[in-house]
Amino acid sequence: MARLLRRPFFWIIAAAILAFALAPHGKDVELREGLLLAAVYIILASNLNIMLGYAGYVNFGSIVFFGLGGYFCIWFMGALHWGLVPAALAGGVAVSVAALFFGLGILRLRGIHFALATIGVNEAVQAFVTNFEPWGGSTGIYLSTELFQPLGGPAQALWTIYYVLVAIMGLSLYLSYFVKNSKFGMGLLAIGQNEDAAAVLGVPAPRYKALAYSASAFLPAIAGGLYFFKGAFIQPADAFDLQLSTEAIVITMLGGSGTIFGPALGAYVYEELRGWLLTSQTFANFQLVVAGVLLLLIVQFAPGGLMGLFYRRLPRLKRILE
Amino acid sequence: MRNVWLPAVCASVVFASLASPGPARAEDTITIGMTVSQTGPLNVDSVAQLRGSEFWRDEVNAAGGIKAGDKRYKVRFVTYDDQSVGGRVQQLYTRLIVQDKANFLFGPYSSGLTATAAVISEQYGKIMLIGGGAEPKTYQLGNKYLFQCITTADYYLSGSIQALKARNPHAKVAFVYSDDPFSKAVVAAAAKQAQEAGFTIALQESYAPSTTDFSPIINKIISSGADAFLGGGHYPDGATLARQLYDQKANLKFVSILVAPDSPKFASLGPAALGVTVPSQWEPEVKFNPDFGPTPEEFAKKAYAATKVEPDYHTASGYITGLLLQHAIEQAGSIDPEKVKAALDKTDVTTFFGHDKFSTDPKSHGMQVGHAMVLAQWQMKSGKLEREMVWPDAAKTAALNYPLH
Amino acid sequence: MLDGVLVGAVYGLAAMGITLIWGVMDVVNLTHGAMIVAGMFGVFLLVGATGMPAYGALAPVLVAGFFAGIALYWIAIHRMIGQPPLMSLLATFSVNLVLIGLGTAVWGTVLFNVQVSLPGLSLGRYTFPGTHIMAAVLTAVIAGALYLFLYRTRAGKAVRAVAGNREAAELVGIPTTRILALSCGLGVALACVSGALIATLFPFTVLSGDAYQLKSFVVTVLGGMGNPTGALIAGIALGLLEGLATPFMPVSWTLVIEFVLFVVVLIAFPGGLLSVRLRRRAR
Repeated sequence: MARLLRRPFFWIIAAAILAFALAPHGKDVELREGLLLAAVYIILASNLNIMLGYAGYVNFGSIVFFGLGGYFCIWFMGALHWGLVPAALAGGVAVSVAALFFGLGILRLRGIHFALATIGVNEAVQAFVTNFEPWGGSTGIYLSTELFQPLGGPAQALWTIYYVLVAIMGLSLYLSYFVKNSKFGMGLLAIGQNEDAAAVLGVPAPRYKALAYSASAFLPAIAGGLYFFKGAFIQPADAFDLQLSTEAIVITMLGGSGTIFGPALGAYVYEELRGWLLTSQTFANFQLVVAGVLLLLIVQFAPGGLMGLFYRRLPRLKRILE
Repeated sequence: MRNVWLPAVCASVVFASLASPGPARAEDTITIGMTVSQTGPLNVDSVAQLRGSEFWRDEVNAAGGIKAGDKRYKVRFVTYDDQSVGGRVQQLYTRLIVQDKANFLFGPYSSGLTATAAVISEQYGKIMLIGGGAEPKTYQLGNKYLFQCITTADYYLSGSIQALKARNPHAKVAFVYSDDPFSKAVVAAAAKQAQEAGFTIALQESYAPSTTDFSPIINKIISSGADAFLGGGHYPDGATLARQLYDQKANLKFVSILVAPDSPKFASLGPAALGVTVPSQWEPEVKFNPDFGPTPEEFAKKAYAATKVEPDYHTASGYITGLLLQHAIEQAGSIDPEKVKAALDKTDVTTFFGHDKFSTDPKSHGMQVGHAMVLAQWQMKSGKLEREMVWPDAAKTAALNYPLH
Repeated sequence: MLDGVLVGAVYGLAAMGITLIWGVMDVVNLTHGAMIVAGMFGVFLLVGATGMPAYGALAPVLVAGFFAGIALYWIAIHRMIGQPPLMSLLATFSVNLVLIGLGTAVWGTVLFNVQVSLPGLSLGRYTFPGTHIMAAVLTAVIAGALYLFLYRTRAGKAVRAVAGNREAAELVGIPTTRILALSCGLGVALACVSGALIATLFPFTVLSGDAYQLKSFVVTVLGGMGNPTGALIAGIALGLLEGLATPFMPVSWTLVIEFVLFVVVLIAFPGGLLSVRLRRRAR
């Protein structure tokens, strides 16, 4: 562990976190909003990478963790009047436990079947929540703006939420880093290469997969809680939007699955592109077209993503970045 | 070359992102920001609302701008397409406030989107006038800067119930509605009113807003023995429901559908549209004596001339948000937000749209407490399908056709 | 309600498109939804431009779909054959993104409608819309034609051979690449024509494809992947389930049931609920 602290990449992550935190200077709201979205994408992509990049399991419905985390947090705050921190943390724990439970069922599947099952889980949860009145059904839950008061009023609260999300982004990157360099991570990578061989060699595949699935749920769930608290509003259509999962997959593949810096880089590039496309009148819907074309090209010609390309040109980069 | 293109694309994206120009603004303009559902299922109604707002803006600018004290301000709109999606609304309103520096905001169309936008406007303390969000809950969360210009959802079906009661005091009603905040609020209140009126509720069920196949639920309506239908949602599902109710010969004597039948487009359904009633915030035939602004007749004529489309109540709602803001600024003599808010709180006026007054009770700030709905029905008038006002009795232009065929 | 059976048949037809491609080349075609939408717009545009009756537009849509499928094969799938399934999944997925993105850019997300009026069949208080009956009949015809193709023609036999064991088929001289492209064309043609039929029943938008794609997956999984007959039967069963369930519970719960069923069947019965298989696969 101490060995990892001395590697340059550890400090690169720290530098990235500081950059995110300090860039808006505590007053540039526009920059903050853009970086906040980038941070959310990085959180989603990095955690997705644990299943996708390391173990080779495509989780098409990874957004279900984000949405459920959001629902738990908002419900704890709105109905049970908990504070933000306990509510978000409890949401994270609740979703990880739920993921373990779902995982037991669907992790028996491989490849395509697993991918489809993750979509099924997301859709089933969305359909269920849409009918679940205690959570507002299809209308969702609205929070009163008074809930921002304990954090010093809405303006101050938005900054606090931003900093916490940046911290979670950092945690996601560190989690990715430590997992990759641990025995657990080795096991996952082995599973990704050839699950049967790995099992024969003594890797406890079912346990590792379940742990990975559950671990990849924790931070996105907390992030979901914070994100939806910021909007003071959550509804099933937004919380379980498959499009966000899709974008997380594109980002991870774009940046380079299996690397740590890859999802971060991919998220940043994609978010910039998206922000520009969002408000351009002609191209408002082109973000999907661009995402699709990028993904197609990557899958066919550059499956290692951006990081794959960089490593090929500059092999020495491998010693610094991961 | 394939090793080069991907980094090149990304590099150019990064550079492009750093060079984003800001908007240039002339002196003495006020910027009003809003999102419009240019695309998505809410498109028909939202664009109608925008038409009304733009018509107001053009009239005001042609007259030299809004008078505030001894300055005149021209009005500038900044709009974005929210694609009928709540997630985009918050990002776009934040952008309108932070980047486009909007002075005031108009709400988007539909209660669901309005609720998400309201969070942002409250977080940044910007005044938002709402012409497209009827659900009352939004105004009961402790806001300070929201102003609802249209009747609340609770009263939408009151007219239908009253009109029905006069013809059939023992009606068996089926409430079938879209699972969205607006329709849910309408039906929750209407169901209570129906019971008080002595009706039997044969069925009360919601459907997913994106439903296109209503045959299972229409079969349920038929099985329930209902003779009156109240419900719907917004344009797409309302129009489809009307058509499928007709195709499946649901044998109803009274049909009241929310929102959809008010659009001129509804006439394209032909025989399926005949007899359908719609609760309306405004019809061209209303008779109000305005304190200021155009009369209902003048508005209908000028709006049609300017937009080339028959104005429906969404167009009127879009116009009234502008008109009430203008009135408040003129009364306040300035565009200072606190002074304008105070003027809006004091508003108690009658215009072409009807009586408008905002609640100042902090528990329901901004909720509309002055305005009332009317009921319109599609009837044959000299061979053409037209919308006639059938309720309230004092203001009607035609009698209600009951049963509807 | 029996009406569910009629609509369910069309769902089955859509699912047949997926199951065929899956069975023959082990590829999950995530462009399926976009192709359904393409079929819908195909009918809409043809009817609008030429005024032909909606059902007449089915044939050109079928043919166009076939060629689109072949194109899809060469653009996205060919290089992915033999690679881990994840890659082909993402490849077809990306084409879907592109097509839907272009579609929304061109047509927005407004609701479209194809005007078809057919007299319905009334039994007692309930009416079966004529369009539903016609759609079910046409589905049966198309499914029958597919069956004849697969079992009575040489090309069909070749398709079944490649589905059974691609290497063995190559060894006996079957031009596998061409057969793969052909199968892809068939699968997409099925998707397009089912979209065209759906367009005669319900209004649609560019985004409708997603919902029908999901339904197709549910049906495919229920019927067994790679089993076209199973897909048709499962589609009818699903339609029946929807029709039977609605009198007893709010309509909105049917979606929950469908997806839970989907996940459960995936986990517990990966071969589908039906044990009848057209061909045995060595996995």
